[in-house]
Amino acid sequence: MSANLINLLIEATGQTLYMVAISALLGTLLGLPLGLFLATSQRGELLSAPWVNKILGLVVNATRSVPFIILVVAIIPFTRMVAGTSIGTTAAIVPLTIATVPFIARLVENAIREVDSGLIEAARAMGATPLQIIRKVLLPEALPGITLGLTLAIVSLIGYSAMVGAVGGEGLGDLGIRYGYQRFMPDVMAVVVIILIVLVQLVQSIGERIAAAVDKRATKSGGQ
Amino acid sequence: MTEPNGASITFEDVGKAYSKSGGTTVTALEGVSLAMEPGSITGIIGRSGAGKSTLLRMVNGIERPTTGAVLVGGQNVGAAKGAKLRAIRRDVGMIFQHFNLLASRTVAGNIALPLEIAGVPSSQIKPRVADLIERVGLTSHATRYPAELSGGQKQRVGIARALATGPKVLLSDEATSALDPETTQTVLSLLKDINRDLGLTILLITHEMAVVRDIASHVAVIDGGRIVEHGETYDIFTAPQHPTTRSFLSGVTGVTLPAFVKDRLMPNPPAQGGEEVIRVTFAGQHATDPMLARLTQDVGIPVNILAGAVEEIGTRPFGNLLVSLPVAKAAEARSFLESHRLMTEVLGYVG
Repeated sequence: MSANLINLLIEATGQTLYMVAISALLGTLLGLPLGLFLATSQRGELLSAPWVNKILGLVVNATRSVPFIILVVAIIPFTRMVAGTSIGTTAAIVPLTIATVPFIARLVENAIREVDSGLIEAARAMGATPLQIIRKVLLPEALPGITLGLTLAIVSLIGYSAMVGAVGGEGLGDLGIRYGYQRFMPDVMAVVVIILIVLVQLVQSIGERIAAAVDKRATKSGGQ
Repeated sequence: MTEPNGASITFEDVGKAYSKSGGTTVTALEGVSLAMEPGSITGIIGRSGAGKSTLLRMVNGIERPTTGAVLVGGQNVGAAKGAKLRAIRRDVGMIFQHFNLLASRTVAGNIALPLEIAGVPSSQIKPRVADLIERVGLTSHATRYPAELSGGQKQRVGIARALATGPKVLLSDEATSALDPETTQTVLSLLKDINRDLGLTILLITHEMAVVRDIASHVAVIDGGRIVEHGETYDIFTAPQHPTTRSFLSGVTGVTLPAFVKDRLMPNPPAQGGEEVIRVTFAGQHATDPMLARLTQDVGIPVNILAGAVEEIGTRPFGNLLVSLPVAKAAEARSFLESHRLMTEVLGYVG
């Protein structure tokens, strides 16, 4: 493999990491509050707002129903409005983020709903406000679940980022298609796939480690 | 921090109905009137679904009555909202069957939670938490997480947490139901100490009469959403009126007829001979008098003891014996016992 190709691979890896990192960050910033709200706004819940909950739920489901590659193309005008251009790696962050927000929101909602309702009752009995319950009870108690959810979301983002070559987004996926597939260079394809596997493994094991470190629900063997 | 005294709790003709889909309503509570003195320990006993849990949760406004009023220290809880309701809740601590501790916080962190919620400055939280941990005997466990504690230790954390804001009332929702008998005793005696030292009013719900016997000064029996009997624990134990109360008591006093007698029991005396089976209840100072011995010695009536127990409620002894006597002498024996202030009840006859 030529030095040129190796440079290309390094560059593409950097681009993938850039797209995934920024989309994951933005997706979390928007998806976390959305998931929190979805988990606490049904009738009779802390922030009871059943209609808003239903409408947001529909929007989330609709966004998640659209295949990612179609979403990328469908929101090109919006992408151009936000990023100034619809082509390139930075522009690709827009559809990646929009696809990730509802995914993260659902994962966070599930993690929050796993929290024992007895804890909410105990906090209410202490005279806590809904916001205090969310901040001091629901979020810390759901943290292990949220961490695993975000890990899952980042892994999916790595997969999605391979498709944004379609709109000029670069990165590993794009490199694999252009060199490995279109120019018949199976060795490039193999290296791309190996790098992706390593990335996913890394994200998964780091996520699991963090989740285990914040999870105090089970006694750790060996003691501390 | 000065320790407060207890507050009174009053239920005034409280009712609770849930409307279900289809327009039907389910009545959970009906016509409940109860008054609890400041510093008293009251046990509400009932089967699951009787409404005791709803009743308890009205004291801190987690449930609201549909009719009537619940007053804590003179304040109407059911009508309070927002900040006022939250202020009342800080005066009412609560402990739970499954402890409801935050798994993500240490023992100290869990006890600090109600103080953080109340907006107590962190400089004051630390010493207060240390005091509370010491009171419940968990000083060496302050930095442990709930998952590392036994059930009894978890409930101690729950108690310390409930006491953190210096409440006037402590609610206990089946707090010992998930614990083994020995741990139950240590938790109950901790609650007793707290009641004595801090003078706060304790209201507990349970389905175990033994818990009521060991700790409560007053008891209310709830069945089908209604209070069927209430009064001082000693009176309820020694002279239960309602069938529900009796069935709860038969479990705890441990005085039931042995099977070999029960199977032969008849409602009427046999044509001749036979024995009458009676329940003799000793209460007050007579509980320790040797009345059955005197029945045999002084009156000459032979007594056959089938089952029995003598126990204490508070500091007052109380006994319960099942005996059989010859039918011919039974009336005489009963009047002798009753003249010495023992209560008798004819259960049946055996041939």
